[in-house]
Amino acid sequence: MIKFNKVTKKFKNGTFGISNINIIVEEGEFVFLTGSTGAGKSTLIRLLIADILPSEGSIKIGDLEVTKLPKRKIPELRRSIGVIFQELKLLTDRTVKENIALSLEILGKNHQEIDKAVVEAIKIVNLEGLEDKFPLQLSGGELQRTAIARALIKKPKIILADEPTADLDPATSWGIIELLNNINKSGTTIIMATHNMEIVNSLGKRVITLDKGKIIKDQKKGKYETK
Amino acid sequence: MYLKTTWKHIRRSPYQALAAIMIMTFTFFVAATLLLAAGASQKILSYFEGKPQITAFFKDKVTDKDIGNMENALKNTGKVSSIKYVSKEEALAIYREQNKKDPLLLEMVSAEILPASLEISATNVSNLKDLYEFIKKQPNIEEVVFQKDVVDTLTSWTSGIRKIGLSLLIFLSLISVLIIVTVIGMKIAIRREEIEILHLVGASNWYIRWPFILEGMFYGVTGAMIAWSVTYLILWRTTPFLTSFLSGIPLLPVSPLIMFFLLITLCLGGAIIGIIGSLLALWRYLK
Repeated sequence: MIKFNKVTKKFKNGTFGISNINIIVEEGEFVFLTGSTGAGKSTLIRLLIADILPSEGSIKIGDLEVTKLPKRKIPELRRSIGVIFQELKLLTDRTVKENIALSLEILGKNHQEIDKAVVEAIKIVNLEGLEDKFPLQLSGGELQRTAIARALIKKPKIILADEPTADLDPATSWGIIELLNNINKSGTTIIMATHNMEIVNSLGKRVITLDKGKIIKDQKKGKYETK
Repeated sequence: MYLKTTWKHIRRSPYQALAAIMIMTFTFFVAATLLLAAGASQKILSYFEGKPQITAFFKDKVTDKDIGNMENALKNTGKVSSIKYVSKEEALAIYREQNKKDPLLLEMVSAEILPASLEISATNVSNLKDLYEFIKKQPNIEEVVFQKDVVDTLTSWTSGIRKIGLSLLIFLSLISVLIIVTVIGMKIAIRREEIEILHLVGASNWYIRWPFILEGMFYGVTGAMIAWSVTYLILWRTTPFLTSFLSGIPLLPVSPLIMFFLLITLCLGGAIIGIIGSLLALWRYLK
C-alpha cells in the first residue's frame, strides 16, 4: 500500500508542487494521475522515489516511511520500484539490451540471470531484433518500450510511469497501455501520470485528477476531467 | 561489469587518457631512475666502505714486533673491522700489477724502496678520523693515507640524491594526482546526466564510483608499467658502457629480482596515486 498523508511540497522559489495531498493506493491497483501541466503529477512520482522530499506530511510505501529514509537507504527504495520517466532517461552509450540489463546489474545479479531476464523482457515489450541498437537509432515508441522493459525486468511490486505515451502515435500508445495493463494484471501496482484522455476514459481504472497541486477528484472507475 | 564501464570511459576520451598516462609515465620514469640511482649510490658507498679505508706506511727500520704491537693497539680501539699487513714484497707485486703496461717504471723499482704497510678498515665511516689521528701519532709510522675524502664525497652525493629525489618525487606525485583529479573530474562532468540516471534507477554511490576509481588506477598502473619498461630498456642498452665506466664496482647487471621489485613498487605507487586522484575528484565533483 502507498499512503500520502497530508503531503505538501513547496519548492525553493515559493511555488507549491502539491498541497495537502492524501492518497491511499492499494496493492495491485492501477491508478491514473491526470491534470494539466504543472498540476503536480510528476511531483507525486518524484516524491515516491525520494528524488525530492516533501515540505510537510509523510509518505509510506508498505511499512517503509519514505520521508524518514536516511540518504544511504534511498538507492534501496529506488531499486524496489520500476520507474518510467517522462524523459525516459536511457543511457545513450548503451544498447537496448544494456539499458534494460542496468536494473539487474545494479541489483548485483549474475550474468546468466541478467541475460535470461533481458531476453524475456525484450520479448514482453516486443523489441526483438533491436537488442543491439543504441537509443539514438530507435523510434519514440521503441525508446518508450525500452524504458518500460528496464522498469519491469526487476519484477517490481510498483511501477511509476510518468507520461509514458507522450509524443507517441495512438497505435503505439495503445500498445504501451496494453503492456502496462497486462503487467498490472499480474499484481503489480501501477501509477501512471498522463494527459491522454482517450486512454484514461476507455480503461475504466481509478483516476485521480490534480489541479494546482491539489486533488480535485478521485474516482474509482473514473473519466478524464477537464477544468 | 565495472571493468567494462571503465574501459568504455577510457575509450570515449582517448586524448585525456593519453595525457594522464603520459604524465604518469614521466613521474614513474623519474621515480624508477631515482630509486635505481639511490640503490646504486648506496652500493657504491658500501663498496668503498668495504675497501681498506686507511693505509699506514711503516718506516724502513720497523721490526715485526713493532708491527704486531701496532696491530694489537689498533684492534684494542674497537673501531677497526679488519687489518691486513702488506709486506715490502707484496707491495712490489701490487706495484708491478698496477704498472704492468709501463716497463720503464718497473725497471727502477725494487722491494727495498717500497714501504710495508697496514690496510685498515673501520667498523664505521665516522670512526675514520679518530683512527687517522691515532695512527699518525704512532712512532713507527711514516705516512698515513685514508679515503675519507672519497667516502665523504660519496656520502654527501648519496644524501643529496636522496633529498633531491624525494623532493622531486613528492612534487611529481602531486602533479600526477592533480592530473588524475582533473581528468576524472572532467569525466564526471561529462557523465553528469548518466550519473543522475544511475542514481534515479537505484545505483548505489559505490556502483557509480568504482569505474572512476578503476580508471584512475588504470592510468597509474599503465604509466608505471611503461616507465618501468623504458627504464629497463635504457638500463639494458647502457649496461656495457656503464660496466666499463664503473670498472671494478660490482653494480651491473642489475638483478632481475631487483627489477621485479621495482616493477611491483612502481605499480603499487601508480595504483595509490590513481586511487587518491580519483577519490579526490569524486569527493570534489560528485557530492
